[in-house]
Amino acid sequence: MFRDWFKKDEKNNSRDIPDGLWIKCPQCSQIIYSKDWNENYKVCIKCGYHDQLTAWERIDLLIDYGTFKEIYKNVAPVDILGFTDTKPYTQRLKEAQEATGLKDSILAGQGEVNGIPIYIMVMDFRFIGGSMGSVVGEKVVRVVERAIVDKFPVVSVIASGGARMQEGLFSLYQMAKTSAAIGRLSKAKIPYINILTHPSTAGVLASFGSLGDVIIAEPGALIGFTGPRVIEQTIKQKLPEGFQKSEFLLEHGMIDMVVERKKLKSVLYSILNHLWRKVW
Amino acid sequence: MVNKLSPWERILIARHPKRPTFTDFLNELFDNFLELHGDRLFGDDPAIIAGFGSFENESVVIIGQEKGKSIQEKMKRNFGMPHPEGYRKALRVMKLAEKFSLPVISFIDTAGAYPGIGAEERGQAWAIANNLKEMSLLETPIIVVVLSEGGSGGALGIGVGDYIMILENAYYSVISPEGCASILFRDSSKAPEAAEALKITSEDLLKLGLVDEIIPEPNGGAHEDFLGTVENLRKALSRVLKKYKNKETRVLLEERWIKLRSYGRFVEEEEK
Repeated sequence: MFRDWFKKDEKNNSRDIPDGLWIKCPQCSQIIYSKDWNENYKVCIKCGYHDQLTAWERIDLLIDYGTFKEIYKNVAPVDILGFTDTKPYTQRLKEAQEATGLKDSILAGQGEVNGIPIYIMVMDFRFIGGSMGSVVGEKVVRVVERAIVDKFPVVSVIASGGARMQEGLFSLYQMAKTSAAIGRLSKAKIPYINILTHPSTAGVLASFGSLGDVIIAEPGALIGFTGPRVIEQTIKQKLPEGFQKSEFLLEHGMIDMVVERKKLKSVLYSILNHLWRKVW
Repeated sequence: MVNKLSPWERILIARHPKRPTFTDFLNELFDNFLELHGDRLFGDDPAIIAGFGSFENESVVIIGQEKGKSIQEKMKRNFGMPHPEGYRKALRVMKLAEKFSLPVISFIDTAGAYPGIGAEERGQAWAIANNLKEMSLLETPIIVVVLSEGGSGGALGIGVGDYIMILENAYYSVISPEGCASILFRDSSKAPEAAEALKITSEDLLKLGLVDEIIPEPNGGAHEDFLGTVENLRKALSRVLKKYKNKETRVLLEERWIKLRSYGRFVEEEEK
């Protein structure tokens, strides 16, 4: 349950609506009492729409209460290229940091899933679209290195638009860096599980986001290499209904299962139990 | 070597209609080329050419992205934009290189991986991710040459290696300057500004430590002096292949990992 969202980090709840208000489902426009919305894990009771969760909400959803310890919290981004578009990158970072309470778009830590210790990395879409720059790459690598030493399974929860443009080719190279790390994890025979949430696209999907031993997706998430708008512009035709949604990916054999949010933890536990808990 | 052109002007050279493409370099640099086809899963992607060849009388495995020259050939090769089958074919042939202890030379020239329905249905992201992982572990040397356009994940999908060369007028970027301009600058006509901001020229990338060597293009560029450019590339390849030839596999892979591990700049703030 999400009982400690408000206690844990008040800054992280900018999207939450205080108790006593009504909210409108972004998909079906159903008006829902906000307490019910939160208690149903931000999933619409009418249409099943899965709203985005913050990184901390995700930890509360998946990790046993009181077992989570954040690691590599202070690895922070720098403006390597002196990048300015409509605003300076340094300003974008500052705004994102203030809005999320995170240093960058990924939260990493150690915790337990029904008693099984794991390392978990969670992306937060609110931080510059969950984009991957040097910090995401570095934290993924450090978590993997630590997991190999401690022999703990690794879970990553993806919510990302891809590589971060403001760090130029450094960001692209994080794809190679993180994939190489997962390669080493795989050689060490440590389980790696991907949970794909809305959206999981481009450079993050085409690297550590799709290299899991088991890949789970939440219902209705956009999952793909190229975003639908760019594809439509390129091929100059309208895309079919449901294209690049979780269910479409399942049908095309790219993911193992689509799991609704309230069953996510028990399914994750079941996978970990099969792969890891067994002692011969 | 002083290049006074702006990043955008360099991109126009990299995309110049008369600029030599991968097959031109293939024909000049290698003998006895034998092309291999297909990914053994779905199809053969003509945007990526793969096969065996001889370089200075030694067998090598060659991978390269080809845009095509005539309009018919461009269409056949999908303008050098690979589908998942291209990445899977490239990896299949690289695995042959590993099995038979041949070095891999991989040539990049693509605007990007193809953004289409079939490419998505067949797992473009999965194909690229798998190449990145497998190339990082491949037990044979991989030399990468960025010939003209290094377009994002579509380029990197055959671009993980031990030594990265880039032609003087080539560029290598996380996103096309046009794409960056339309997303971040909200105006696709600002591509020249985006090109500047992204730091994508060979000199910038060398300075940032993201490529290992620039191959000079004499007398105005590869489209003006192709043979001069080829000669510079040949010398560099010859030198680098010799350097990697007798390297113990364990050392090779450890050095490759250290190289990949080192990419990135960040700070680690003190605990408050």
